[in-house]
Amino acid sequence: MKEIEKPEKGNQIIEEAAQAEYKYGFVTDIETEVIPKGLDEDVVRRISALKREPEWLLEFRLKAYRHWLTLKAPTWGHVHVPEIDYQDISYYAAPKQKTSEVKEIDPELKKTFDKLGIPLEEQMRLSGMAVDAVMDSVSVKTTYRERLAELGVIFCSISEAVKDYPDLVRKYLGKVVPYTDNFYAALNSAVFSDGSFVYIPKGVRCPMELSTYFRINAAQTGQFERTLIVADDDAYVSYLEGCTAPMRDENQLHAAIVEIIVEDRAEVKYSTVQNWYPGDKDGKGGIYNLVTKRGLCRGDHSKLSWTQVETGSAITWKYPSCVLKGDHSVGEFYSVALTNNWQEADTGTKMIHLGKNSTSTIVSKGISAGHSQNSYRGMVKIAPKATGCRNFTQCDSLLLSDTSGAHTFPVIEVGNDTSVVEHEATTSKINEDQIFYCNQRGISTEDAVGLIVNGYAKEVMAKLPMEFAVEAQKLLSVSLEGSVG
Amino acid sequence: MNALKQYIDLYDESRDLIEEQSPALLNKMRRVAREHLEDARLPRKGSEDYEATDLEAVFAHDYGVNVNRLPFAADPAETFHCDVPNMSTCLYYTSNDAFHSSATAERNIGQVVVEPFSMAAVDYPELMTAYYGQLAHMSDPTVALNSLLVQDGLFIYVPDGVVAERPIQLVNIFNAALDMMVHRRLLIIVGKNAGIKLLMCDHTQSPDYHYLNNQVVEIVAMQGSTVDYYDMEESTPLTNRVSSIYVDQHEGSNVLINGITLINGFTRNNYHVEVNGEHAETQLLGMTIASGEQHVDSHTFISHNAPRCHSNEMFKYVLNDKAVGAFAGKILVKPDCPRVEAYQGNRNLCGAPTAKMYTKPQLEIYTDDVMCSHGSAVGQLDEEALFYMRTRGIGIDEARRLLMQAFVADVIDGVRLDALKDRLHYLVEKRFAGTLSNCASCMQACRPNNKK
Repeated sequence: MKEIEKPEKGNQIIEEAAQAEYKYGFVTDIETEVIPKGLDEDVVRRISALKREPEWLLEFRLKAYRHWLTLKAPTWGHVHVPEIDYQDISYYAAPKQKTSEVKEIDPELKKTFDKLGIPLEEQMRLSGMAVDAVMDSVSVKTTYRERLAELGVIFCSISEAVKDYPDLVRKYLGKVVPYTDNFYAALNSAVFSDGSFVYIPKGVRCPMELSTYFRINAAQTGQFERTLIVADDDAYVSYLEGCTAPMRDENQLHAAIVEIIVEDRAEVKYSTVQNWYPGDKDGKGGIYNLVTKRGLCRGDHSKLSWTQVETGSAITWKYPSCVLKGDHSVGEFYSVALTNNWQEADTGTKMIHLGKNSTSTIVSKGISAGHSQNSYRGMVKIAPKATGCRNFTQCDSLLLSDTSGAHTFPVIEVGNDTSVVEHEATTSKINEDQIFYCNQRGISTEDAVGLIVNGYAKEVMAKLPMEFAVEAQKLLSVSLEGSVG
Repeated sequence: MNALKQYIDLYDESRDLIEEQSPALLNKMRRVAREHLEDARLPRKGSEDYEATDLEAVFAHDYGVNVNRLPFAADPAETFHCDVPNMSTCLYYTSNDAFHSSATAERNIGQVVVEPFSMAAVDYPELMTAYYGQLAHMSDPTVALNSLLVQDGLFIYVPDGVVAERPIQLVNIFNAALDMMVHRRLLIIVGKNAGIKLLMCDHTQSPDYHYLNNQVVEIVAMQGSTVDYYDMEESTPLTNRVSSIYVDQHEGSNVLINGITLINGFTRNNYHVEVNGEHAETQLLGMTIASGEQHVDSHTFISHNAPRCHSNEMFKYVLNDKAVGAFAGKILVKPDCPRVEAYQGNRNLCGAPTAKMYTKPQLEIYTDDVMCSHGSAVGQLDEEALFYMRTRGIGIDEARRLLMQAFVADVIDGVRLDALKDRLHYLVEKRFAGTLSNCASCMQACRPNNKK
């Protein structure tokens, strides 16, 4: 008969899990063009010049930069972002292409993305997904562009979009997240490098998942990508985002902006599996993931759904939000945030109901292990004229160690008498009875925890596209292995 | 603009006069408060923890402060008959900020001490020194302002092992013929294994004047003690109140605080509970029925500093017309406090398109072996229930009233005094019917059997 596991086993397993190596921590030895550290107007001009941008975009950047100078970094989050020396970061790093005339990508680069499991070679790929791969500051390669173009779908890097579709970019850039929005948004607007641009024309249902893979490679650089997604009337798109970075002792900054515009009856599904390097078991190194993500459901009956699995980053500060402007528009937010060791996550969403009969759903699952701090921060606001709105929020926290913390900071504002808003939150440790039940049936404590946590997060995982769900589930079980308190 | 300045200036001008009339201990704290107020600002609307409430605007009005301690003519005990039927409370009055005893106060109070600070400073100097101003946070400018200008207060002491037989009722009345601000202060010390039930009622006699009550209550619940604190506000639309209640709970103590707002102008209630001993139990209940332009903002903070404690919060709001309700509650469980169970609920009914509700329930947990939850909902009356009643011949208004009464019933049922429970049900019924008027006519309104 199997002996019942002793309590010490739990600690031992945690240690093992904590020491489990970050799989994506390698560095690609590739020649990179980096502009020197520091930030001033000349750097902003230089980034713009390197990317051969039109005058209006440079103006946009400079306005943002000047505004950024007047701002202070926000301190309200339940995270400890140390003072960042913005002069000690390089704002542009581009892998050098060895052969510029051939449209092949560098083999070293290809190897990197192969290691990450990103299907860059169209012939090789099976999963049916178009990919835009971004390393450091530039988009390396976008697959399936031609096939998508047949349908009128534009999927390319934002730098290319600026050149090829300047009117579209100019029409939508900064309309959902203006550069005045917050400190990091202003910084991003000034120095943003690359990211994806997606435009789905009227009535088109994008036939495949669009995906962007972000990779920080160069040391002492920051990544400031910018993604813009526009779904015109009756369009549909599912967009996936993944991120990894090498293991380094110093912290690196990632300050992105994602803007989404959803027109009448259109639907956008945005899924993220965020696995930036979280730092080592003593909390050294890791990415500061300080991003602004917001979608505007401008059209009636439009729908925007955010799904995120957050397992990486030393610090996460991110609130994918929906502005529900159209009548009958729908906003959704599904999140699993897992923190271990010394990670800190302050994440959640804002649902701003401006349109009549708009509805929103928030499901947030936090899991804290080690010495980590995990917070849900959210806002549901119903404007006085937005009658008949409905919101349901559920945020649960699971504590896997007695040294970790789980917090919820929701704000609810209801401005009329025909809307219904509900919020529920619970915090507890993993149910010992359930573990005992599993143990009785020969399932080790470690596996039992994995089972229970996966069951706990299932509601959110079920919302992920299949390709991502598998990756996310693996990611969760790797990070969770034996985190028994 | 700094609304505090006018009051600080008043203090600086009349410092000698104020200090002359107060016990030395109060004067000592006054100096600490003055230092805190040097650079202090009252929070504006939108600042942290004040999402819906502009304290600066509330204090900006030019209120008179009775620094000369002039007596007001009316004897409240003569004018008011606020005792709860069938409850036989020991009744005390605060007229503006002056303390009065009543005929019923003397009856069988046993060993429980109820006296003004001026007497307590002589009778119980050790207790006063040990606890006065020790729980309240001077960093809160309203607490500092209270400490700066308070001239007297009420000291309630229940010695170890004494369980007060009768509830103590304190009726606070505004009856000045001018706009006035008062600084009421209570220090309640309940000894080991002692017990007390307190009922506070806030009334206003003259509906035409603006009043502001800036009160601070400090409650110390020693090992194994039981404290019931019922706080009912039934004043006028021109009466404003900022109330801060600080509680220090020791091992095995049981504290129930129930705050009820029926009629008011602007109210901000702060509840700050430090649970410092194991097996302590805390219950915070609140109910607000607001219409017109009433504004009620409740802010709770329960800090679990010891393992194996239990806390339960439930706040309910019924908002009509242009009423604004706000609730912010935080539960903190400190590290190494396993087996804490903490629940928080906030349920709100918005009964008019112009009524607004802000709610912010928060959990901050640093121990894994806990059971904590919060729930918050804003909505309307159940259409089906209304329809059901109407099919049975109950008019829409009556049906709504019945459902609203049922909605708040569980907060009233949390009251651990049957007579008070009955009275509250009665008052709430009248409030929903719109027949509960202000205090000037309370002799008709409060008591169902008052024929006067």
